[in-house]
Amino acid sequence: MAVRAKKHVQSPWGGFFFVLPSILAMAVFVYGMIGWTVKESLGKRTNSYTTAKGLVGLKNYRDLFSDPEFVHAFQNLLKFTVVFMVGTLLAGLIMALLLEKGIKGEGFFRSIYLYPMAISFIAMGTSWRWLMDSSRDGKATGLNKIFFDVHLGFLQSNWYSSEKGAMYAMALPAIWQMSGYVMALFLAGFRGIPDDLREAARVDGATETKIYRHILFPQLKPTFLTVLIILGHISMKVFDLIYGIASKSYVTKVLAIYMWQVIFDFQNYAKGASIAMIILVLIAVAVIPYLIYVVKTEEQK
Amino acid sequence: MSSDLLDRVGTKDIARNKQSLNGAEQFWLVFKYVGLCFLTLVAIAPIYIMVANSFKGVTGVSQSAAWAFPIHPNFAAWGPVWDNLKGSIFRTLFFVVQSSIISAIIGSINGFVFAKWRFRGSNFVFTTFLFGMFIPYQAIMIPLTEFNHWAHLTGSIYVLVFAHVIYGIPICTLIFRNYYAAIPNEIIEAGRVDGAGMVRIFRTIILPLSVPCFVVVLIWQFTSAWNDFLFAIFLTGGSPKLSVATTALNFITGSGNQVYYGNNMTASLIVSIPTLIVYVFLGRYFLRGLLSGSLKG
Repeated sequence: MAVRAKKHVQSPWGGFFFVLPSILAMAVFVYGMIGWTVKESLGKRTNSYTTAKGLVGLKNYRDLFSDPEFVHAFQNLLKFTVVFMVGTLLAGLIMALLLEKGIKGEGFFRSIYLYPMAISFIAMGTSWRWLMDSSRDGKATGLNKIFFDVHLGFLQSNWYSSEKGAMYAMALPAIWQMSGYVMALFLAGFRGIPDDLREAARVDGATETKIYRHILFPQLKPTFLTVLIILGHISMKVFDLIYGIASKSYVTKVLAIYMWQVIFDFQNYAKGASIAMIILVLIAVAVIPYLIYVVKTEEQK
Repeated sequence: MSSDLLDRVGTKDIARNKQSLNGAEQFWLVFKYVGLCFLTLVAIAPIYIMVANSFKGVTGVSQSAAWAFPIHPNFAAWGPVWDNLKGSIFRTLFFVVQSSIISAIIGSINGFVFAKWRFRGSNFVFTTFLFGMFIPYQAIMIPLTEFNHWAHLTGSIYVLVFAHVIYGIPICTLIFRNYYAAIPNEIIEAGRVDGAGMVRIFRTIILPLSVPCFVVVLIWQFTSAWNDFLFAIFLTGGSPKLSVATTALNFITGSGNQVYYGNNMTASLIVSIPTLIVYVFLGRYFLRGLLSGSLKG
């Protein structure tokens, strides 16, 4: 990790004045505005023409949990999160394991696996919408056509328009987009482990499987944690990826899409703010302890 | 996480003078390549579809032939789509370049202070900055739109410059801080012995060393602002006068127009080309940004 800076240098407050503009910006536009959203979520502005002032306490939040559409979006988000996180973690780990010992053409494979990160979800949505088209058999187009042509017709699916499996299908483009990133993190992790450790274990007669299980994976714990935090917070916020493929379709609605709809289609600011705060809290409970842990560990080094 | 991370990812030397592989090792090597090639096919399938179908005309694409390679390329879709998109593309370029440059300058100042010129409580302040990287922008979107009204930013493309600069502060600060942390303190000590103050040390010692990190941050901010859809759609309210690459694309490919496959794929490709060019030519720096933008304990 980072080399720590020496103890305070002369006129330590000079640095403070240098970053003061950013501190003010963060205070107003991150923390101040979160506070504003909290207040909005406790208020009465449930349509664009109301002038009602005052607070209603947690009523907006209680209403959300009896709103079937919100509950549906929440369940969708959980389904998506599980498949997306497990899938991306495994795909990225497999890519890293295949490349980690060094293999001819590594640079090429690495670049290919990582390029999806450079393209917008909105653009890739066009392709994925076609790949996951629900027509079947003779009329099949995207993935269904491949399955049909290789006589695996039973694998054909309605993908993101199926009633039960839509969110699992929606995890596919997300896994596709993010697994190269996870691969890069794991590669960096593997290559940070001194080769001596492996050699020593090999001399002691450990098999390759044992070396991974008992030596390499335990060393990668911080990497696993980072990956989980990154994937988890991306998943909670997921918006463009789903919007780019299915727009506001009911079967693939998640919190961020529902929030957008509530604000723009119904101008219900109080409700939109409440949904936004729930997304924020879901992220904060994982991210805040993580940040404190990261900054502390670094300090100790 | 220091900048040596990229070197860690960097291709591992394959032991050249190794004895010939035994049977099991050969099997594993073949197995690995089969796996890698399969993953390659999966990774390129969506972009292949996009490119292949952009050369099959506007609507002439029979959907079931979309996997086919365009043996007789038809460029009919490109002209009209480009005419349709060019305004938004140039507008995006205009604001993205500005927001990236401003972000990089702010990031470099902050990163320098948090790495090399700390003050009492700077670690706490830095942590509060970092949290800004993780927040869902939905949680600030309602007040932000009202602030923009109040500041008369609404209706101007600067609304997006402003948003990307402000909410880019955390990530840019982090990347620069990690980069500067790897610079030996002795260099700065030497400058102080010579009587240089903070500003001069920053300007004459740190900045000249920062070029690679500026490239990393500029690429990072360029790519994320170019690909951004959330700020664009919330802050411009879908106004066609302020459409940017992603919102214009979404308008073209939106639900009503899905029969125009060739058209839609071409539009998606055109919008992706700038970031793909950056990725192809400066992929090293892109990877470095990804890695140093992720914290690790």
